[in-house]
Amino acid sequence: MELTRQEEAALKGEKGETLELAFRILVATGEAFNAERLIPIKWAHLSGVNYNTIGDAGEEFLSKLSQDAKVATRTTLNPMGFDIDNVSNYNLNENFLEKQQSIKDSYERMGVVPSFSCIPYEIFDLPEKGTQVSFAETNAAIYANSIGHLKTNKESAFSALASALTGKSPYSDLRKDDSPNLTIRIKIENPNEMTFGMLGYFAGKIAGSSVSISGVKNLNKRSCKSLCGGMGTSGTCGKFVLDDDEKSEKVDFDEKELQKIHDELNTSDSGDLITLGSPQLGLDEISDLASMLKNKSFKKRCMVFCPRVVQQQARKLTYANELERAGCEILSDCCTCLTPLIDKKDVDSVITNSIKGAYYLKNSNGVGVNLKPLSKIIQDETK
Amino acid sequence: MTIKTIVKGTAKGIVMKTSSPINFLGAVDKKTGFIRDENHDLFQKSIKDVVLVFPHGIGSSVGAYTIFSLKSNNSAPLAMVCKKADLTTVSGCALANIPLIIITKEEFDSLENGKEIEIDSDSQNKL
Repeated sequence: MELTRQEEAALKGEKGETLELAFRILVATGEAFNAERLIPIKWAHLSGVNYNTIGDAGEEFLSKLSQDAKVATRTTLNPMGFDIDNVSNYNLNENFLEKQQSIKDSYERMGVVPSFSCIPYEIFDLPEKGTQVSFAETNAAIYANSIGHLKTNKESAFSALASALTGKSPYSDLRKDDSPNLTIRIKIENPNEMTFGMLGYFAGKIAGSSVSISGVKNLNKRSCKSLCGGMGTSGTCGKFVLDDDEKSEKVDFDEKELQKIHDELNTSDSGDLITLGSPQLGLDEISDLASMLKNKSFKKRCMVFCPRVVQQQARKLTYANELERAGCEILSDCCTCLTPLIDKKDVDSVITNSIKGAYYLKNSNGVGVNLKPLSKIIQDETK
Repeated sequence: MTIKTIVKGTAKGIVMKTSSPINFLGAVDKKTGFIRDENHDLFQKSIKDVVLVFPHGIGSSVGAYTIFSLKSNNSAPLAMVCKKADLTTVSGCALANIPLIIITKEEFDSLENGKEIEIDSDSQNKL
């Protein structure tokens, strides 16, 4: 990879340890993807915020880094482990609270916008078409490339951090006009959001860096986010196009494939509590949920995850009151994935409509998962 | 040259090979290095101190921190060998200084589980 003289100097450590580290990551990733040079990016979105996911090693790394590091471009942040407004309702130990606070402080010291959201594409205005960004959260990277008309790699926590600190990223395939060489044909009648989540999970397993999907008629917000979340979980694919490319190889996604994924991720016939929001819910979905819950209330605990700014809007528009009346716990700044708020000591299994959530609840939280689409959750679990 | 060095270094150890991609965040315990995804063929095995040979990493971007944590907890593989580069594995190994090389399908197929191999990114042969 060709570096400018300044980039070369930074890589050699002439501009300090922070930039040396950032350029070491950019050069390794650039070399790995045969990028010929680095290009400027306008927005970085970082993952690696929840103490549950990054642990002591991550906390110490960020604490040391933030002593002198500053972001060089607009940078936003993924969810952390809890919502400060209601954290006392959960059994989190002092150590967790302290370490999570330290992580939060480190990012803020570096000049990161404390958005604590995995759906930056719904809560911030998107820059103009074709803008180069670096999104680490996988659902957000896929959404940005596929729906948001932006360009990003499916960044890792460290490659996005390196982009944030330098304002640069390797010019690799997904940043160019990458065209898919595989088309997945959806062969399922009346798909719901879970069908799309499983389609994403299926696509992630078999596709390269991008994929075409044909046979999709109405992709609403809920299904679209479910697709992005599922795809990000199972593979390296960072973009989909709703199209049938005649020249590409074809694979069918049918009831048999759907059932296989369902069997892999659904490990329980029922659940002790419900989680909604992986990815976090936007205002449209909160509004939908409020109308679906009219004159109903949950028979079990139901945790609803949404960004802080969405919760504030939902309060103004009274949706939040309606959800709380129906028994929902609204949580901001955190999300279903690897949440410390669900502990296998207290909970055997969780009901959710999220494919991404199901994978991490099962493997990381170690609880059983009962997968159901939202309409079925409301039908079965409310009175 | 068919072998590509991504993170330089040397390592000598036993090959632990899988044909399934790895989601570091979901499937690997960051303290011990044990694989906890029961659908993975390395389930209940530890990737500590082996030369980990796998197709590529998948899933969460935070998996890069898992790789860094493994190293900090002395539970990391001695080196990693992949068929395809992915950002999570590359950036995690770059930060944690775990040697990482990318090899062709033929070379990947020829590596045997349980055999001792030596990796030296600076030598001519590398493997």
